[in-house]
This record gives sequence, C-alpha cells and structure tokens, in this order.
Amino acid sequence: MGNSPLRKAGIAVGALLILTWCLLPVAWIISLSFKSQESITNGNPGFLPGDGTFAGWDNYVAAWDNEQFRRAIFNSIGISLIATVLSVIIATLAAYAIARLEFKGKKLVLTTALAIAMFPVVSLVGPLFDMWRAIGLYDTWAGLVIPYMSFTLPLAIWTLSAFFREIPWEMEQAAQVDGATSWQAFRKVIVPLAAPGVFTAAILTFFFAWNDFVFGISLTSTEAARPIPASLSFFVGADPFNRPASLLAAGAVIATIPIIVIVLVFQRKIVAGLTSGAVKG
Amino acid sequence: MSTATAPAPAPAEKKKDKPHQSDRAVAENKLGMKLVAPALIVMLFVTAFPMLQALWLSLSNYALTAPDDRSFVGAQNYVTALSDPLFWRTMLVTVGIMVVTVFFELVIGFVFALVMHRVVFARGIIRTSILIPYGIITVVSGFAWQFAFSGTNGFVNYWLPFVEDNFNWFGEQFPALFAICVSEIWKTTPFMSLLLLAGLAQVSEDMVEAAKVDGATWWQRLWKVILPNMRAAIMVAILFRALDAFRIFDNIFVMTAGAVNTESVSFLTYRQVIEQFQIGMGSALSVLLFLSVLVIAFLIVKLFRVDLAAARQEG
Repeated sequence: MGNSPLRKAGIAVGALLILTWCLLPVAWIISLSFKSQESITNGNPGFLPGDGTFAGWDNYVAAWDNEQFRRAIFNSIGISLIATVLSVIIATLAAYAIARLEFKGKKLVLTTALAIAMFPVVSLVGPLFDMWRAIGLYDTWAGLVIPYMSFTLPLAIWTLSAFFREIPWEMEQAAQVDGATSWQAFRKVIVPLAAPGVFTAAILTFFFAWNDFVFGISLTSTEAARPIPASLSFFVGADPFNRPASLLAAGAVIATIPIIVIVLVFQRKIVAGLTSGAVKG
Repeated sequence: MSTATAPAPAPAEKKKDKPHQSDRAVAENKLGMKLVAPALIVMLFVTAFPMLQALWLSLSNYALTAPDDRSFVGAQNYVTALSDPLFWRTMLVTVGIMVVTVFFELVIGFVFALVMHRVVFARGIIRTSILIPYGIITVVSGFAWQFAFSGTNGFVNYWLPFVEDNFNWFGEQFPALFAICVSEIWKTTPFMSLLLLAGLAQVSEDMVEAAKVDGATWWQRLWKVILPNMRAAIMVAILFRALDAFRIFDNIFVMTAGAVNTESVSFLTYRQVIEQFQIGMGSALSVLLFLSVLVIAFLIVKLFRVDLAAARQEG
C-alpha cells in the first residue's frame, strides 16, 4: 500500500471507527438520561429522545435528590481515595526495593503480585464475608479499603518498578557522596523523580477502586459503606427487566464524571502507566 | 501500616557488585525485606489467608441460615458441585464468554493498535477517547448496553436491519450472552489495544522497512515480521484478558442477573454465598473457581509459551 492516499484514507476510517466505538455508548447513555421517565415506562425506543419526551435536567435532579445515591458517591470517593493513598505508599516502598535492592524474597513478592493480579475476586467473597463479620469490618469503609489495597498493589508495584528502573540512579549516589543518608537520598532525590510514576499508579488504583463491584455488593449491606456501582445496581429493586432507565442513566453519567475528568487531565500518564506496567520487557 | 518501614538508622545500602556477603549486602537485604513487607502482608492477608479459610470451610456443611447444624462433611460439597449439571453449565458459559470475548478483543484491539500506531492527526483525542471505556464503571457499561438492546427503550433493534423491532434480547440464552459479550468487549478492547500498541512500538521500523524493500506485501510484513516480533506482548495480553474474562461477574449481574442460563461460575459462587448463605458450598465453589483459574493460567502459559518474565519485567 505504501504511503498512498488509499492508506491515508484507511487510517482515517480506522480513527473514525475508534472514536465511534469509544464514544457512541457514552453518547447513548447521556441521551438516555435526558428522556423523561414517563416515556420510558411507556416505551420510548430510538437513540435520541423523541418529540415531547425530552426531560431536561429532571433525571439529574431526581438522582441527586436521592439520599442513598449521594451517600454512595460520598462513600466511593472516600473509600477510593483512602485505598489509593495507602496502596501507592506501600507499593512505592516495595517497588523501590524491587527495582534497586538485592534481597531474598524478591521473586516471592513478584510471584505473589502476579498471582493476585489473576486471582478470581469472587472466590474471596465467601471467606471475607465470614471474616469481616467476625471482626467487625463488614459494612465499613475499612472493610472495602483493605481488599482494594491488596488488589491494586500488584498493578501499582509493576507500574512503579518500571518507572523506578528508568530513573538516573547516579543522582542518588551523588546525593550520598554529598553526605545524604540512604533514606534522605530516597526521599529527597528519588521521590521527586519518581513522582510521575507514583501518579500513574495512583490513577490506576483509583480507577480500580471506583470500578469495583464484587466487593462493593458483598461486603456492605447499608449506605454506611455501599459504593456507587453497588448503589446503582440496587437503585430500584431486583427486577432487572423493568428499571427506570433514564434515572439510572443520569446516575450513571454522574458516576462517570470523575473518571472522564481524570482521563481528560491525565491522558498521557495513564497510557504510559498502562503500557509500561504490563508488557515492557 | 506504612510508617513501620522507615529505616531510621539506615545503614548504607549500595551497589551489589561485591560477590561476598559484605555488611552492605546484609544491610541491603534487610532494607529490601523491610520495604516489601507491608505490601506482602496486605496482599496475603486478603488472599492467602481467606483462601485457606475457604479450603477449611468448604469441608463443612455450614449455612448461615442454620449455623448450629455445622458439621464436618469432608469432600461432600465438592462431590455435590461437580456432579451437578448446573456447575458444568456455568463453566461452559464462562469458558464460552472467555473464548469469544478474548478473540474479538484481540482482533479489534489489534486493528485499533495499528491505527493508533500510524495515525498522525488527532492523536490526543483518540487516546483520550480510548481511555473512556477503560475507565467507565463496568456496571455503567452493563446498564448502557442493556438499555441499548432493550426492545422497549433501546436503539439496537432499530438500527439492525434484520432484527424485529420488538425482539427481546434477554429472553433467550444466546441473544442474552451476545449482549453480555458486547458490553464486555466494548469495555475491554481499548485496554487490549493499548497493550498491543506498546508491543507494536517495540517492533523495529528498520526490520519492517527491510522487508518492504525486499518486496514483501503489507500482509506478509504483518504476519512474517510484525506479529512474530510482538509475540510476547500478545501472549501477555491474552493471558491477562483471558483470566479477567473468566472472572466475569459485573455485566451478568447487571444485564441478566443470571436469568436464561447466563450464569458464570463467579456468579454462581456469589449467589451461593451472599444470597443463599451457603458458606460451605460457596467455599467449595470458591476453591473450584480458584483452581480453574490456575488451570487456565497454566494451560495458556504452556500452550502459548508465554514469557512470564516479560510480564513482570524480571529475568
């Protein structure tokens, strides 16, 4: 094909295809969130709200007026942020050791991390449900923060150790020659250099915690700790075939806003983190 | 938990070029262990310990609805599960979803990666939008597609030419599984394409050019030069995605709640434990689920000779 116009056209079509793929369902859920609830009950097929079925901001107001929904957003933000901060701190320490130090058990840590990344989350639901009820962590923030930490640590450790390997370590030695202790060299020289990697790990961890559903529905029972994905799925009772679609869509859009903002602001970092963590040889 | 590791006296940890066990090497070893300890403890506390407990619970007849009737039953739960057609049906559904979604994600993801690799205009916009499905909550994706496929409020029936307008996608097993797979593929293909893009970036341009000079067609270059050289990336992507797809739960929960035979193994396990409080049976299913993941991981690693060192960047 070469650099022919044909090839350029092919790439343009491909790019358009990617954009459609990614954005069409998002456009759909936004469009759905503006359909009026009465029209949904009566059946209102089609992509866009038809004549007289446009609801304006009604669904958003109704979703936001829902006490449980607001609590769930609050829970999700709190739990995800705490899990992210703790996970990134612990992963930073571990990744530094893995990238920089020779010690026994390095293989063990990496193998454990890999195994946990592949762990079937649901198989932990039973035992954790039992354990958390026994030690009082059931339906609390901590009861979710702890599993989120352990399941985001592998990704955070990989991403961070990949970043740490790229850091010019002579600078650490230079700092030590200048009289800094190892700890000072770590904190004052390496941490600022590693900040972009730490940041990537934080974003990916936040995504995981925000997205989690399995722990969210099985380790909580009230709005005390129920996060947003669980709350959305319980929005209107158990009948999965007859939900107030437009109201749910409004809730879903609200729950997606933080993700879109993060993606828009940190696009470059997320791509770098995703690709360096998993396949870099 | 995080403060316990600050090594205040900090003996110099330094390069590892000395073959003998110097004080430095000993100190470095100590510091290394201290730094990884919190991560290891947190990871094992939530996985290894509960898994051992599940192993223990699975050997008893324990339901929260009748906690006083708890008794040791040996392998009875496993026998019951493995001889129940329900278990094998969910296993078949799960493996089916895994194979179908991973296949389409791989093909579509690779096309996306090729486009992203070559595209010069609107790079930022494309990369930003490709992250949106990745970042979106799976539950939201499930809702979006469930409503899209809905006969009363959706648009899919109206856009597809050969489908009746009031066709109910969620009334039968295969259409329902199709809708679930669409949601799953939509959300995770971007992730796949990013992994493949990273692999594509590692294929040497010179080599592709050389093949071109030698007269290889685009198709030949793709199959003989590009694909073999990004083998590691492809295999790692398959391994990750296959194990992830095998755990499918969110989409099924939201879109069909397991109706019309769309239950996955994860969903069955969840239902036993959380909805029916059958801790003993649920734990047995948990163990079986865990073992299945191990078997699948093992099979993929052996069959495709995945280079795990590449996956965790260590030799």
